[in-house]
Amino acid sequence: MKSLLSGNEAVARGAWEAGCKVATAYPGTPSTEIIENITKYPEINAEWSVNEKVALEVAAGASFAGVRALVAMKHVGLNVAADPFFTMGYSGVTGGMVVVSADDPGMWSSQNEQDNRHYGRHAKVPILEPADSREAKVFTKLGFEISEKFDTPVLLRLTTRICHSSCLVDLERRKERKVIGYVKDIRKRLVLPAHARILHTVVEERLKKLAGYSETWSYNKIERGKKTLGVITSGVSYQYAREVFPDASFLKLAFTYPLPEKLIKKFARQVKRLIVVEEGDPILETEIKAMGVKVMGKARIPLCGELTPKIVRNSFTKAKKVTRKKDEIPPRPPVLCPGCPHRGVFYIVSKLKLVATGDIGCYTLGALPPLNAMDTCVCMGASVTNAQGLEKALGKDISKKLVAVLGDSTFFHSGITGLVNAVYNKGSLNLIILDNFTTAMTGHQPHPGTGKLAKGEQGRRIPPEDVARGCGVELVRVINPNDLETTEAAIREALAYEGVTVLIFRRPCALLVKPRPPYRIDPAACNGCRLCLRIGCPAISLIFPKDREKPLAVVDEALCVGCGLCVQLCQRDAIILSGEADAQ
Amino acid sequence: MPNKRLDANNITICGVGGQGIILASDVLCYAAFLEGFDVKKSEVHGMAQRGGSVITHVRFGKKVYSPLIEEGTTDCILAFEKLEALRYIGYLRKGGTVIVDNREIPPMSVLVGQADYPTNIDQRLRKSGNIQFIDATKMALELGNIRVVNIILLGVLSKFLYFAKESWEESIRKNIKEKYVDLNVTAFIRGREF
Repeated sequence: MKSLLSGNEAVARGAWEAGCKVATAYPGTPSTEIIENITKYPEINAEWSVNEKVALEVAAGASFAGVRALVAMKHVGLNVAADPFFTMGYSGVTGGMVVVSADDPGMWSSQNEQDNRHYGRHAKVPILEPADSREAKVFTKLGFEISEKFDTPVLLRLTTRICHSSCLVDLERRKERKVIGYVKDIRKRLVLPAHARILHTVVEERLKKLAGYSETWSYNKIERGKKTLGVITSGVSYQYAREVFPDASFLKLAFTYPLPEKLIKKFARQVKRLIVVEEGDPILETEIKAMGVKVMGKARIPLCGELTPKIVRNSFTKAKKVTRKKDEIPPRPPVLCPGCPHRGVFYIVSKLKLVATGDIGCYTLGALPPLNAMDTCVCMGASVTNAQGLEKALGKDISKKLVAVLGDSTFFHSGITGLVNAVYNKGSLNLIILDNFTTAMTGHQPHPGTGKLAKGEQGRRIPPEDVARGCGVELVRVINPNDLETTEAAIREALAYEGVTVLIFRRPCALLVKPRPPYRIDPAACNGCRLCLRIGCPAISLIFPKDREKPLAVVDEALCVGCGLCVQLCQRDAIILSGEADAQ
Repeated sequence: MPNKRLDANNITICGVGGQGIILASDVLCYAAFLEGFDVKKSEVHGMAQRGGSVITHVRFGKKVYSPLIEEGTTDCILAFEKLEALRYIGYLRKGGTVIVDNREIPPMSVLVGQADYPTNIDQRLRKSGNIQFIDATKMALELGNIRVVNIILLGVLSKFLYFAKESWEESIRKNIKEKYVDLNVTAFIRGREF
């Protein structure tokens, strides 16, 4: 049976078919749907972990117990999980372990476009790179086999266009596997120096064996075409190159670390001109050049951004480059949704002209005009620690106009350690937790603050205010951010307080609650003052009717969800419920 | 319009994040699958979806390699908003068709007065191919649910594709929650009869 699956759905299916028993992840675009889909399989014990390091270590523990385990994360998640990832490269596995890294070339939803194929090399762990959903499923299954055969975790490297593209995939049945069970083996799993010195030599021997395996692995394959041009490629780049060079010969690589050197040299001898088409860093190119093979790659094809068929075409062919006259089209960057509960807090932060160290989530959009309410965004949890650093450098005066802003899920991911650090080191930190009761940006996954588990059942709820008090914070408040007056008063109180404060602005994500009746503008009352535009609500705009001296605000009733934030700003009571009559 | 002999037929769906673009592409893909085509689809999730400009690529035919459509080769653009139709018009092939909801959603740059919403979109689009404007949002509101705009637009698209009506209906049933199926089938027919 065939089914249309995205790359992420295919990885989930592959894990299930392979008899995987434990799967973990922290949500992150473009990897999120892997665990979301795995939760549909009752045979797999799946969880949303609080961060990627935790997720990888839980999966490692499952592997120690002799069951197949999968852990999924976005590319920057592997930075968080790098510590256990490197050690697992030494200690190896018992049950097969597949580590999925979903890279984001083009940075559709990320803060950088690091190429995580470097991680395979760095941690000396083999890499598999599928080129579509069909391969994503097959390689997940083969990944478990390779992992067990060679006693190593396997890095399954996806990219946005693999994760979020769909194609037809053959569905097969699940094969249950016997649970090996836990057997004590400290020379392997207790990685202290004496053991690690031996393990390092084991790793180097393993890499030689893996290189030999890569030579004969059937998915590293030559597709014969004309001998004038040979293309070496992997991942989604293969698909683009296949359309741009329909007649060329191809060496399609899928086991991309360690590389099959003999196969590459054989292919190079068969063609006149050799190019490498790869997205991101010149990883294949550098290694192939080191083999003494002459290839053309990044000298022609861009290093930054994601590839497209057109970029591949323009890089390597003399196609007439038509430069379209760039018409002026206003950009449409993402924005905070109508009714977003974060908007009120950002309005006050902006109004009080505060410095706000920010973090990763929907709320990073508070940085955009007209709110302009965020100064920094580094990585998960850095809002807390960056603020403490600013205060350390500039003294307590800056903390009178400084707040750190992060979301509820990010707080649990890696905000707590920073909070403990600030309290312990006698910092003067004002932490704002935007608690919308979900992990919104990635599509609404639960976290410890919600108390719901990955499969929907009830877990133990851990309120962030309890965590804050437990960390030694004395001033902790929970506030409704849609009440602007209370919001402003709470922020002013926190700024005046000496020491660490935590304000939790709690209101559910606007996408999770039923919209209330929309508002509209009473044209007789509106004087076009633009006050309501300051909150940057996509539902409110200004028009310039010919029959009016002053402009007029209008509410798009199809977008308005009736949050009422704008109503609190209007000095003329011109924003009224859709059903209400105009003032006379 | 689709040609079974062709390797790939290309449909570009675009609009503003949150308009139901991904669901529309799911329904289209599954219908193409039921028609026996090889199918590929590419879309973007995450931050880009929050009210931002969104584009989805759908390709079907005998054998499809790339999940992305190359500029200048799309057969039909299905646009949920006028400015977004203009933004992606470069994808249209010569003689291609644009189906666009007669709806204007000003982006934040316009709302805060940094840019103007173009007033000549209609003329600029007409220069590029066959343009069909449709009041899909208005029709959806008449049906009592703005969310069916996507299925109305698919109904219009269906007139250009030789898929059996049953394939569309089965795809709607497969992709949409049971209690909304009837409404969406009605919306589809409304678009198809437009």
